Amino acid sequence: MKTALENIKSTALSALEHVQDLKELDALRVKFLGKKGELTAILKQMGSLSAEERPVIGQIANEVRSAIEQSVAQNVERLKKAALEAKLQGETLDVTMPGKHHELGKQHPINLVLDEIKEIFLGMGFDLAQGPEVEYDYYNFEALNIPKDHPARDTQDTFYITDDIVLRTQTSNVQIHVMENQKPPIRVLAPGRVYRSDAVDATHSPLFHQIEGLVVDKGVTMADLKGTLETVAKRLYGDDAQVRFRPHHFPFTEPSAEMDIMCFHCHGEGCRLCKGEGWIEILGCGMVHPKVLKTCGIDPEIYSGFAFGIGLERIVMRRFNIDDLRLLVDNDLRFLDQF
Amino acid sequence: MNLSMKWLADYTKIETTPKEFADKMTMSGSKVEGYEIEGEEISKVVVGKILSIEQHPNADKLVVCMVDVGADSPLQICTGATNLNVNDYVPVALDGSTLPGGKKIRKGKLRGMESNGMLCSLSELNLTVHDFPNGIEDGIYVLENEAPLGQDIREILGLNDVSVEFEITSNRPDCLSVIGLAREAAATYGTELTLHEPIVEECAGDDIHNYLSVTVENPQLCPHYIARVVKNIKIEPSPRWMRERLRASGVRPINNIVDITNYVMLEYGQPMHAFDLKYMKGGKIIVRNAKEGESITTLDGETRTLSPEMLVIADEEKPSAVAGVMGGEYSGIMDDTNTIVFESACFHGPSVRRTAQKLGMRTESSGRYEKGLDHNTTLPAVMRACELVQMLGAGEVVSGIIDVNNANTQPVVLKLETDWINRFLDINLSRDEMVAILEKIGFTVDGEDNIHVPSFRSDIEHKADIAEEIARFYGYDRIPVTQTRGSAQGHLTPSQKFERKVNQTMVALGCYEIMTYSFISPKYYDKIAMPADDSRRNSVVIRNPLGEDTSIMRTTMIPSMLETLSKNYNNRNAAAKLFEIGNIYLPRKTGELPVEEPTLAVGMYGEDADFFTLKGMVEQLLTACGVDGVEYTAQKENPTFHPGRCADVSIGTEPLGVIGEVHPVVLENYSIGTRAYVAILDIPAMMEHANLDKQYTPLPKYPATSRDLALLCDEELPVGEIEKTIRGAVKNHLESVKLFDVYRGAQVEPGKKSVAYTITMRSADSTLTDEEADNAVKKILKSLEKIGVSLRM
Repeated sequence: MKTALENIKSTALSALEHVQDLKELDALRVKFLGKKGELTAILKQMGSLSAEERPVIGQIANEVRSAIEQSVAQNVERLKKAALEAKLQGETLDVTMPGKHHELGKQHPINLVLDEIKEIFLGMGFDLAQGPEVEYDYYNFEALNIPKDHPARDTQDTFYITDDIVLRTQTSNVQIHVMENQKPPIRVLAPGRVYRSDAVDATHSPLFHQIEGLVVDKGVTMADLKGTLETVAKRLYGDDAQVRFRPHHFPFTEPSAEMDIMCFHCHGEGCRLCKGEGWIEILGCGMVHPKVLKTCGIDPEIYSGFAFGIGLERIVMRRFNIDDLRLLVDNDLRFLDQF
Repeated sequence: MNLSMKWLADYTKIETTPKEFADKMTMSGSKVEGYEIEGEEISKVVVGKILSIEQHPNADKLVVCMVDVGADSPLQICTGATNLNVNDYVPVALDGSTLPGGKKIRKGKLRGMESNGMLCSLSELNLTVHDFPNGIEDGIYVLENEAPLGQDIREILGLNDVSVEFEITSNRPDCLSVIGLAREAAATYGTELTLHEPIVEECAGDDIHNYLSVTVENPQLCPHYIARVVKNIKIEPSPRWMRERLRASGVRPINNIVDITNYVMLEYGQPMHAFDLKYMKGGKIIVRNAKEGESITTLDGETRTLSPEMLVIADEEKPSAVAGVMGGEYSGIMDDTNTIVFESACFHGPSVRRTAQKLGMRTESSGRYEKGLDHNTTLPAVMRACELVQMLGAGEVVSGIIDVNNANTQPVVLKLETDWINRFLDINLSRDEMVAILEKIGFTVDGEDNIHVPSFRSDIEHKADIAEEIARFYGYDRIPVTQTRGSAQGHLTPSQKFERKVNQTMVALGCYEIMTYSFISPKYYDKIAMPADDSRRNSVVIRNPLGEDTSIMRTTMIPSMLETLSKNYNNRNAAAKLFEIGNIYLPRKTGELPVEEPTLAVGMYGEDADFFTLKGMVEQLLTACGVDGVEYTAQKENPTFHPGRCADVSIGTEPLGVIGEVHPVVLENYSIGTRAYVAILDIPAMMEHANLDKQYTPLPKYPATSRDLALLCDEELPVGEIEKTIRGAVKNHLESVKLFDVYRGAQVEPGKKSVAYTITMRSADSTLTDEEADNAVKKILKSLEKIGVSLRM
C-alpha cells in the first residue's frame, strides 16, 4: 500500500509538472484527488490495515495528498503566469509607430509674443490700457506736440477719415487718454493696432502693432527709463543681451532715444542681419515732454515721466526668423502651425 | 545727408577711422546710416601709357595695345575701344584687379591674342562724364594729364574720400549741412571748429540796382529774401576739387554756377537758386502768390498748374520758380548765360511743404525748407556763393546786395537749471561742465545763467531740450541705470481678462488664431450677400486709402474670416478651424468716433466640419466663459447663410451673434469649393452675461435615477422646445436632459419623428424612490402633451 501511495505521488507530480493547460490540470487533480480519484480509492482500503499500520499509512497518505495539492497549486500558478506572458507577448506594439494626435489650436505668433511681453510688464507693475484706433487728430498729433504742418507728420503717412479724425499712426494716443483720466503715479502698457499708408511688401504693412508704455510720477528720471527698458530687453532676449541708448527725436519726448540691442548674430561686429551696424533697433523712447504733461493737466514742475513704443512685428519676426511680414496676415495654416 | 570727410576737414580736424566716426557720431545724436570709402572696391588699377595700337589679327572690332604700366616690360592688352591714341594715359586694370560691383579682371586670350588686363572706361570705375567732363560716355577714359606710370588710379582720380551717410531727424535741419555736422563732430570729439567768413571783392562802378529790383508781396511766406547779381559769367565745368566734393555728397556736377549753388546748399544748408537775368522780364523779381490758373514749366520739363496759396518767384509777367521747390525751365543756367541773380531766401516751411506735396515734387530744396530754416544763414550763404564765383573765375560780382528782411524771430533765452537737469537725468555735472557742453554747440551762457540759443537751433525752446543737449554730449551711455521707485500692481481690466479667456478656450477647442486687416472693400458686403439696405453697410470710410480693397473699416468680421478660409482652401489645406478676436467699427454721428467693438469670429471647413461641430464649440466656449441660458433660434432670412442651417444666438432678448453654414452663393463668391461654417459672437454682450465666479458644489452622496423616454412629435418641432419643456416641467432634482436619438422612417408615421431622451434625476438629501421618479416623468409627459409630444408606444 505504501508503494502504491508512493507510485501515485510520483506519477501525479510528474504528470502535473508537464501539464500544458488549466483544463488538463484540473482533470489530473480530479484523477488523483477527486472523490473517485486514485488516492481516495486507496484510502478506501485503509480499513483492511492493522491498527499499527493504519497511522503510518495514514500519515503517508496525507503527505501524498498534500504534496499533490501543493503541486497543483504551484502548477496553476505556473500556467497562469505562462498564459499571461503569452497574452502580453501577443499584445506587443511597435512603439515607434506615430501617436494619435488630438486637435490642438494655436495662438497667432503675434499674440504669442505679445502675451510674453505683457507678462513682463505686468510683473513690473504696469497696468494694461487701451485706446481707440479711429482717433481724433488731437490725440494722435496735436496733444503729442505734433501740430498741423509739423514735418514729423510727413514720416507718418496718415489715413484720414475726416479733417479731424484719423486712423491712429501710433499707440501714443493712449498716453494722452491715460493722463487725462488718471492722476500719477501712472504705469501703463498699451498694445494695439496702428495704421500708416505704406504699401504692402516684405517689410511694410499699412497695419501693424505697437506697444506703448508710459510711466509718470514724482522724480522719474532718465536713469529709470534706461533701467526699465534694459530689464525688459534682458527678460525678452536673455540676461546676456546688451543694449545701448542712442539719441533720437520724437516730438513728444525730450530727451528722446532709440534703444538698440547688440546683434545676436555678429555680437556687434556688423553683419548682414544688422546691416553692418552691429546693433538692431528695438524701440523708441524718451522722457515725456513737459509740454505734453502740461497739455494733459499734469504739472511738469512736480511730475516727470518716460514713455516708449515698441514695434511688435519686428520683434516677432526676429524671434521666429520670419523674413516676410505678409506671412503674418496671410494666416496660412502651414505657417500658423509652426508656432 | 552725405558728408565728405575731406570737406569736413575744412572745418574741424578729426583723426579717426570711418567706423569709429560713425559710432561716435551716432551716439552723440547724428545717426550714421553707413559710409562709403571711395574706390574701396577698386584694386590693382594703375596708370598706363599706350605705346602702340595694332589691328587684332582675328577680330575686326578689336585692337591690340602695348601698354606701359611702369613695369619691366609693357603689357599686351586687347580692347574694343576706338577712341585711343598712342601716348594716351589710361586706367589699366591689371591681372587680378577688382572693379566696382565686385568685378574681377583676369588675364586671358581674346580671339587667340593674349590680353593681360583691361583698359577702363569711366563707368567701369563707377564714374560719369559729370565727374570727369574731359571723358566720354563710350570708350576708354583718357587721363587729362600725364601721370606717373603704375600709380594707383584712385590717387590720380581723387577717389580717396570717405562719404558718410547721416540720417538727420526732422528737428535738426541745421545738420543738413557740412557746417552743422562739423559743429556736432567738433563737440563730439572735443576738436576745434574753424568757421570761415566769406570775403567778396565786388567790381567797382556798377550796382545791383542797375540790374534788378525785388518786391516781396507776401512777407509771411517769405520772411527774408536776398539777391546778388553776378555778371560776365563764363559757364564751364567746375574745378575737380569741387566736383569731387559734390560727388562724395551724392550730387551730380553740372556746371560751375549750378555747382556753386549746390555746393553752398551742402555747406551751409541754405538752398540757393541762380536765375538767368535775361529771362527776368523788366529786371524784376516779385515774390508773390500764384494767380488762379497760372502754370509753370519746371526745370524737369513738366508743366504744373499752380494754385493761389502757392508762393512763386516771378518777373513782371510770369512765374520763374516755385518758391523753395523748383525753378522754371527758363530760369536755369544755359551755356549763353551772361548775368545771373543768386537767390538766398527763407521761405515759410509749412507753405513749402504743402506746395511740394500738392505738386508732387519733393526736392532737395523743399525738403530743407519744410523743416524750417534759419533766416540768418541767407546772408553768409550768398556771400559764400559770390566768393566761390571769384575763386573759380566764373564771373564778376556786382556791388550791392538786395536784402528784404521781414523776419521777426525773437532770440530764445532759457535759464540754465543745473539742479533740475541733474535730477532729471540722474547725473551730477557742475554748472561749468554744462556751460562747456553748450558752448561747444554754439550756445552762450551769460553770468546770470541765461542760455542764449543760437538762431539755427529753432528746436530748442524748453529746459528739457537743454537737458537733451547735455545728455547727448555727456553720453547717454554714462547715465546710470536704475529701477523706477515705488511699488505698483499691474493688472488686466475685466474685459482684457475676458478676451484672454475666450482666446484660451478657442485654442483649447482646437482652433488656430488668425489676424486680419481691419479695413476691407465695400464690395465685400456684396460678396457676403449683405442686403442693400442693411445698416451695417454704413462704414467708416478712409479718405485716402491705399486701394479700394482696404478703403473702409469693417462693420462685420465675416468677410475677413471667409477671405482667410478661402486662402487656406485654395492653398490646398485640407481642413481649417480658425478664430479671430478683432474689432468691428460701427459709425456714429458725423464728427464722432465710431464704436470699436471686439468680436469673435470662428470659421471652419473640412472633413470634421459641420453645423453641430461649430455649434458644439460655441456651446463649450460659452459654458467655459460662464455664459448660461443661451438660445439658438433658426434664422432663415440671413442671406450670408444657408436658410435651413443658420441660427441666431441670443440670451433672452439680447442677441449674442449668429452661427451657420455659409450660403453656397457666398461660398462661390469666395471660391470655396466645400461647405464652410462661420460663427460670430459679440464679446461685450457675452461678457455682460458671463458669470465666471465659480462656487463649489458638494459631490453627490446619493445615487442618481434615470429614465429613458422615447417621444413622438411633429417633424417641424425643434428639439430645443422639447428640452425646454422638460426642464420647465421638473424644477427639483433634475440633473440632466440628454438627447440620444432622433429617428425618422419606417417605424414612425410620415411627418413625425421619434426623439429619445435620458433624463437623470438626483436628490442631494436622499435616494430618490421609483415613485418620485415616476411622478416626475408623469409631469414631464403632461407638459410635453401641450406642445404635441407624446410618449412613443
